Amino acid sequence: MELDRIVITGLGLTAPNGNTLEEFRANLLAGVGRVESIEMRYMGQVPAGVCNFDPKQYQSRKELRVGTRAGSIAIYCAHEAIKSSGLDFEGFDKSRIGVYVGTTEHGNVETENEVYNISQFDYDVRYWTHHHNPRTVANNPAGEITINTGITGPHYTIGAACAAGNAGLIQAVQMLRLGEVDFALAGGVSESIQTFGIFAGFKSQGALAEHTDPNKASRPFDKSRNGIVVSEGGAIYCLERLKDAQARGATILGEIAGYRINSDASDYVLPNPERQAECMRQALASAGMEPSDVDIVNTHATSTPQGDIQEIKAVAEVFGESPSTYVNNTKSYIGHAMGAAGALELAGNLPSFQDNIIHPTINIDELDPECALPNLVVNEPRKVDAVKVIFNNSFGMLGINSALIVKKFES
Amino acid sequence: MTEDQVKQIVIDIINEIAPDEDTSGLKDEIALREQMDLDSMDFLDIVMELRKQHGIEVPEADYPELASLQSCADYLTPKFNAK
Repeated sequence: MELDRIVITGLGLTAPNGNTLEEFRANLLAGVGRVESIEMRYMGQVPAGVCNFDPKQYQSRKELRVGTRAGSIAIYCAHEAIKSSGLDFEGFDKSRIGVYVGTTEHGNVETENEVYNISQFDYDVRYWTHHHNPRTVANNPAGEITINTGITGPHYTIGAACAAGNAGLIQAVQMLRLGEVDFALAGGVSESIQTFGIFAGFKSQGALAEHTDPNKASRPFDKSRNGIVVSEGGAIYCLERLKDAQARGATILGEIAGYRINSDASDYVLPNPERQAECMRQALASAGMEPSDVDIVNTHATSTPQGDIQEIKAVAEVFGESPSTYVNNTKSYIGHAMGAAGALELAGNLPSFQDNIIHPTINIDELDPECALPNLVVNEPRKVDAVKVIFNNSFGMLGINSALIVKKFES
Repeated sequence: MTEDQVKQIVIDIINEIAPDEDTSGLKDEIALREQMDLDSMDFLDIVMELRKQHGIEVPEADYPELASLQSCADYLTPKFNAK
């Protein structure tokens, strides 16, 4: 069966260092990250990536009071995506639009806040808010998009730990190919900087980044890296079947060429380079590509001592024989945007199809010899003849691996 | 506490929970829901804030007493004064 070709026709994002693709890309090429030190309940100062988009642009003050931060991020990104797609949104059948939002976790923020709130009232549950359940149901960020925009097609979140951004996009591809929807808003969001539990959990694991300069805290592949910087953010894409996009004369930002999600089936936390490499190879097979067809591999590497080495091992195994494949990383700029990471990191690389520049990974003062791939783009952007294929890795806890391949659109 | 003070307390709470609404010209005798975009969750917020900020308990059976500013004042003023 011939599968429909699926293309990207719009994109909205917010990252700690940019609220539009243009701003985000410019900062990635200029080596400008943005991580700050924030006060975390019970913990004191921690480095974190904080977004500064204006939520009131698309939400009333009441919506902001009732909804969640994840919902706000999702709504901002969805509006920006729809706007950039040039779709006649008002004239489009809203029941044929699907919303698929990847999240690492959802509900921790509200639950922690409410437990803290009732602690101020001697744990009397009469003070527990009636907003708790609608705020914490797992579909919340996707559902808030539909309430805000009037979309009446299917909506749900895809829980896939830190592979969720890719997983959201993959879900949309599948639903478009099944004919369930005609237009999809898909990607990932993260509100995780609002929950101390994520920070405390990484700290207990020995995996929370520390540095006197917050902007140096996230430094994948650097010899002195010591853990993850948790960030918020979001990236929502518009996806359509190629024939529909062409029929309405849409600008095509890229085409989904292939993907794969698999499972380590080995550990709750530790990555498994063998399964990661298998995931990458199977993604290539689904795209009918060889490693040498790939121009950019965007790594998932989160700046943990072990995880970065494991991923580099897997990348080297798959792409080590391809001298034209370059490797980069985005978390060195903005930290780990959790459920948004995969979708945001892909977004940061998409403009390479036009400018043929590969943004570097920054914050490498001393490259860890165990991470020293010859084609790792370090600290300075790299201009190449042509970028036609981007390979986007995102991995998560419980051993979920995802690889998404996007190619430059050529009719 | 006077009825006017109680009405002001209710208006202050509405300003917090429905920040997009203009509460400057609210009529005493007309239902709040007819004058503003308030839903059932908002009324639960009013009940919660009365409890949190003022220690006033409104049992579920009495929720209709909060329909208008005047009914709020009639119902809540004795409660405030009994504290």
